[in-house]
Amino acid sequence: MALTTSNLTRHVDGVPHLDNVSCTLKRGGFHVVVGQTLSGKTSLLRALAGLDAPDAGSIALDGRDQHRVPVWKRNVSMVYQQFINYPHLSVYDNIAFPLRRRGMTAVEVDRKVRQAAHMVALAPLLERMPTALSGGQQQRMALARSLAKDDDLLLLDEPLVNLDYKLREQLRDEFLNLFAQRDHAIMVYATTEPNEALLFDANVLVMHQGRLLQSGPAQQVYANPANVDVARIFSDPPMNLMSGTLDAGEILINHAVRLPRPGHFNRLQNGNYTFGIHPCDLSLTSRGIGMRVDLAEINGSETYLHVSRDNADLVLHLAGVHGYNPGDHVETAINGSRLFAFAADGTLAAAPAP
Amino acid sequence: MARIELDNLAHSYQTGAAQREYALHPFSHTWEDGQTYALLGPSGCGKTTLLNIMSGLVRPSEGTVRFNGLDVTALPTARRNIAQVFQFPVIYRTMTVFENLAFPLRCRGLAEQDIRTRVNEVADLLNLGSQLHRSALHLTADAKQLISLGRGLVRNDVAAILFDEPLTVIDPQLKFELRRKLKEANQRYCLTMIYVTHDQAEAMTLANKVMVMNHGRVVQVGTPQELFEQPQDSFVGYFIGSPAMNMLECRLSEDGIRIGNQQLRFTGHKQVAASEKTRFAFGVRPEYVTLSASANDGGLPVRLIDVKSVGAFRIVALDLDGQRLRAKIAADVPIPSGGVFVRFAEGRRLLYADDRLVGCD
Repeated sequence: MALTTSNLTRHVDGVPHLDNVSCTLKRGGFHVVVGQTLSGKTSLLRALAGLDAPDAGSIALDGRDQHRVPVWKRNVSMVYQQFINYPHLSVYDNIAFPLRRRGMTAVEVDRKVRQAAHMVALAPLLERMPTALSGGQQQRMALARSLAKDDDLLLLDEPLVNLDYKLREQLRDEFLNLFAQRDHAIMVYATTEPNEALLFDANVLVMHQGRLLQSGPAQQVYANPANVDVARIFSDPPMNLMSGTLDAGEILINHAVRLPRPGHFNRLQNGNYTFGIHPCDLSLTSRGIGMRVDLAEINGSETYLHVSRDNADLVLHLAGVHGYNPGDHVETAINGSRLFAFAADGTLAAAPAP
Repeated sequence: MARIELDNLAHSYQTGAAQREYALHPFSHTWEDGQTYALLGPSGCGKTTLLNIMSGLVRPSEGTVRFNGLDVTALPTARRNIAQVFQFPVIYRTMTVFENLAFPLRCRGLAEQDIRTRVNEVADLLNLGSQLHRSALHLTADAKQLISLGRGLVRNDVAAILFDEPLTVIDPQLKFELRRKLKEANQRYCLTMIYVTHDQAEAMTLANKVMVMNHGRVVQVGTPQELFEQPQDSFVGYFIGSPAMNMLECRLSEDGIRIGNQQLRFTGHKQVAASEKTRFAFGVRPEYVTLSASANDGGLPVRLIDVKSVGAFRIVALDLDGQRLRAKIAADVPIPSGGVFVRFAEGRRLLYADDRLVGCD
């Protein structure tokens, strides 16, 4: 039992927002759509909800075509980036609103509201007005309203993006527990952050320019990105990509750096490739490739060190907080056994063992 | 640029009440000349109140503000000689980019040649060189904010530049460029910059020193590394870093501390004046927790609850005698199955009494 799309296509002013998207979203699964801004994530969610009709292609739920089913009959709820709620209604009435519209009895409404509020830890705040809630609480209220409806399809469009990072951290943990309890529903979560998909251990759909580039379990996509675009999009910081050549004994990168040919490249033909390496597989050393620091970005407990040399840029992911200033000189080492190779057309030719 | 001294400063928005509630509790601090500072804290922590006191928008209920020794507490904003950059771009739409950048200098009657030199320098730094003669009217929001930043940087006679979350409206890709440019501007001109933000990545990336505030109090001022490695307050341990620092309730014992029924050797604390009510906590960052399959060298037994991988590393959730603990383990380090024991890196074990750091071992 699943939601399937076949060749879903939608153009707006000649620009493809969805370009031949075919996917299968199983019930009880947690599906994470990952892509940069304007990659088609929201377009896909809106099409699945029935808010925008596709120019071509179809959507079927458990085998039944959804084309003629109006939105209000589709059993779908959506949580947006902005906290959408009714400011003149209490938390309780906000959650109860869609249930009452469906004509549920007061007893049933009460049971569902309290259950949903309990799930998102809002039970003590049911009498409050939305203006008396923090941003995190408002977003949890929107989530509770969706959960109480108990729909077949729950769509979440970057629900954490407007919250500060400590709240994001907390709600991310809560989401995992919440969604583990819903084995009949299809949950689709859109985000720009690959680490969220990895943390949720979800089924991933990587989107770029309206196209679905790759789908599969998050860890698998991370370990075997189908092409250079997926490699960039599904890694934070993005995978480092460098052009180079492979011959019998060695790899030559950017006409400058030589590395011994690693074992996992044995089956590759000699020639030109784009080589990729995750930022965490680069390290600082005492004698390596001399590079200049452009910026040390500190993110949570990680330092992303941006370095450059002769127009080649690299990013290193260092654990912990480190102080480097622009202009500092560092020596960088590339771990050859962790290199990816992409063919001239951008498709994956060889990946290191996970 | 100037050295800014805050002397026994405090502020309450309530006037006349006998028991006043402080929005900013009394404290003293000196912002050194030529440093980049960030003022970091959650919303409602008092950081905007402090910024407004320095810029002259709010007159503090107690204490003194001095710029290079001169008392400016009673001076209005216009007479304080500071530059400010706000969250949203403030530009003159009818002027060109050049005229916008030159405006603060022309107001001060600088020679046209000096204006030209300085504007070109700042435009070069912000990559605005090719746009100098365009009208500011049709620029993107990003470019407009860039001009606001440029106007903040263009005068070299200001006491300080105050930034109020200036990168909020900026596209994430451009944010990286701007962070880099602000950092370079500071290196080149030795500006006194005070940068207010709720975003810890922004604060930790840009500033030499970060002032962390919570509930109207300054809880710590330190370099990003100091905040990460030696949080003086348990709030800093929670607020800086992701996941947060582990904080485990504990008691003091003969030769160390007890966490639940487990004994941990700990000698780093001096005599702590503690009462029966003192709450002790053992703090350790997830980065400094290692796992092994043996109890040797003082390893403490834990129960493994859950492992989550984010590619570069894994977050391992553990239970230590009923308390939750997290470890961050690199992707290539094996995680033992079966009996698991934890060890905490030397020099990274911290002890807190009533939320304040009292020892390190």
